[in-house]
Amino acid sequence: MKRVYVNEQWCLGCRLCEYHCAFANSKESDMVKALKNKKIHSNIRVESKGNINFAVSCRHCEDPLCIRGCITGALQRINGLIVVDKNRCVHCYTCIVCCPYGAISPSEDGAIQKCELCVKNNNGVPACVSGCINQAIVYEER
Amino acid sequence: MNYIYPEYEVVRNYSRCITCRACENQCANKVHSYLECENRMESTDDNCVNCHRCVSICPTRALKIVKSTHTFRENANWTGKTINEIYKQAQSGGVLLSSMGNPESYPIYFDKILINASQVTNPSIDPLREPMETRVFLGRKSHEIVRDANRKVITKTTPQLDLSVPIMFSAMSYGSISYNAHESLAKASEQLGIYYNTGEGGLHEDFYKYSKNTIVQVASGRFGVHKDYLNTAAAIEIKMGQGAKPGIGGHLPGAKIVGAVSRTRMIPEGSDAISPAPHHDIYSIEDLRQLVFSLKEATDYKKPVIVKIAAVHNVTSIASGIARSGADMIAIDGFRGGTGAAPTKIRDNVGIPIELALASVDKRLRDEGIRDSVSLIVGGSIRSSSDIVKAIALGADCVYIGSAALIAMGCHLCRSCQSGKCNWGIATQAPELVKRLNPAIAYQRLVNLVSAWEHEIKEMMGGMGINSIESLKGNRLMLRGVGLNEKELSILGIYHAGE
Ligand code: SF4
Ligand code: SF4
Ligand code: SF4
Ligand code: SF4
Repeated sequence: MKRVYVNEQWCLGCRLCEYHCAFANSKESDMVKALKNKKIHSNIRVESKGNINFAVSCRHCEDPLCIRGCITGALQRINGLIVVDKNRCVHCYTCIVCCPYGAISPSEDGAIQKCELCVKNNNGVPACVSGCINQAIVYEER
Repeated sequence: MNYIYPEYEVVRNYSRCITCRACENQCANKVHSYLECENRMESTDDNCVNCHRCVSICPTRALKIVKSTHTFRENANWTGKTINEIYKQAQSGGVLLSSMGNPESYPIYFDKILINASQVTNPSIDPLREPMETRVFLGRKSHEIVRDANRKVITKTTPQLDLSVPIMFSAMSYGSISYNAHESLAKASEQLGIYYNTGEGGLHEDFYKYSKNTIVQVASGRFGVHKDYLNTAAAIEIKMGQGAKPGIGGHLPGAKIVGAVSRTRMIPEGSDAISPAPHHDIYSIEDLRQLVFSLKEATDYKKPVIVKIAAVHNVTSIASGIARSGADMIAIDGFRGGTGAAPTKIRDNVGIPIELALASVDKRLRDEGIRDSVSLIVGGSIRSSSDIVKAIALGADCVYIGSAALIAMGCHLCRSCQSGKCNWGIATQAPELVKRLNPAIAYQRLVNLVSAWEHEIKEMMGGMGINSIESLKGNRLMLRGVGLNEKELSILGIYHAGE
């Protein structure tokens, strides 16, 4: 399965991937309209310390701890992709505690949000990958 | 008190700025900052060098850089530029430094030369349907056919460079440009079947794997020169001069001589890398001949030797001497050639245009019957495929591109290489800036550029009804001048348009 992989060596910590992610999942067609004066909620998060930066998003684990933890079955594994059914999420945030990568976060509406590799929006390829200015994250089969 | 008003201003379209702060993160000159209390970006124009890094990465196209309209009282003699230079020197007491090529408004002869095409009486060739040869061999060509005892032709030649297109990446040292820039050039050369040049900073141990496509340089400082360095290369270039600073040596400050740069140059960390203006063992063509043959001896006569000179007033006599020195190629660098740092007044006032140097050297060598002894490589502002076609028709065997290659990798010609804070990760050694140039991206851009130029060269050749670059070489009848005087036309050896 194709996944988003991190090439930490090339990550500049510019955080543009976060903005592209938030825009792709905003249902708006203009980035300014989508993000101006808003607090952004992205599914990818850039970690930076000194000269080391990398962007983390869901690893789409083979044996996902989030799914094991989820009490309602809101998280499911479909063709290797870990997806969330927001209607089933009861905001208990067990999955947030379970995910070892910190890849799940609460969304604005209270249900959790996570990276679904841009399959539910119109982006085609993950927006973070196409928006990265240095190929520090790539979408490929490994 | 600071007399100098910023040359450029950052214009931010606040209705589009989403305060993502990427511009702040990516400007090494610290122009952008975030005002938390107002949730607004701010800029300090003074530091902006107009490199377009922020402009290119801004996700909402909220930025542009404009030239300041702030002005001195108009004066045709004392321009704002001249006045500011005096302010700078009155403040610092130092030599003005600049980088990249001469930006002044001297004539660009390539732009006053037009290329021919076939009509009616001679057929043009479609390069997409018919074979078209751009492959060239560089090196000494034999004057005569030699046969062995059995009357078989002896085909053994002196060592040659074999290129898929007559384009090479010119000398840019590791130190003046980054590790990642070198890796990109090396990788692209390998894929394209051409060569890149190490410049005078030695060859990093990681890049020996690209040695088949590497020309190593021996300059007056002799940095990083040792037996393996010479023997691993495809060719050796002796650098006598450089178009951006003829007659001047180089000085890479000790601060940049750290880690791998110091190891590769074979000088202690923190020591200034000073390249003397002359080679202290070369004061005549005979001395040059000695160095040429020392290098050949050290490499078992397996490597062609290039001698690189700057285009200066008596370039023809110098080239004639070099052609007799045993060198296999002469590289001539025009006055527009780039540099990582040069005294501004030298860069802007010394040397001559490459078009004139090339035309007169080619003629002189022909007149003396020694044109075949050497190949001619020209650089010093080759900007496009049409410049290449014109250079070849004027008599060049191959061109060197430096600035164009850097631009392909992202350089925006902000001409502040000397600051060491290149926002594009090219002319810098700062690790956080170097990593901005990902060779996986940059090498592909270089390959794209050269491939695109190759297509265009073929189109132009096809238009002239020529199917091999060899038939274009020195074919000055394919060129016409526009707006040139008799003297210029006679030096270029071309007719005026309409003739
Ligand atoms: S959310 Fe976390 S635990 Fe679940 S699949 Fe993604 S990375 Fe693994
Ligand atoms: S856009 Fe790319 S370089 Fe910038 S922070 Fe994200 S992964 Fe790193
Ligand atoms: S990069 Fe563009 S959108 Fe982001 S803060 Fe700078 S100007 Fe604003
Ligand atoms: S120096 Fe470059 S990155 Fe910084 S503000 Fe000016 S153009 Fe933008």
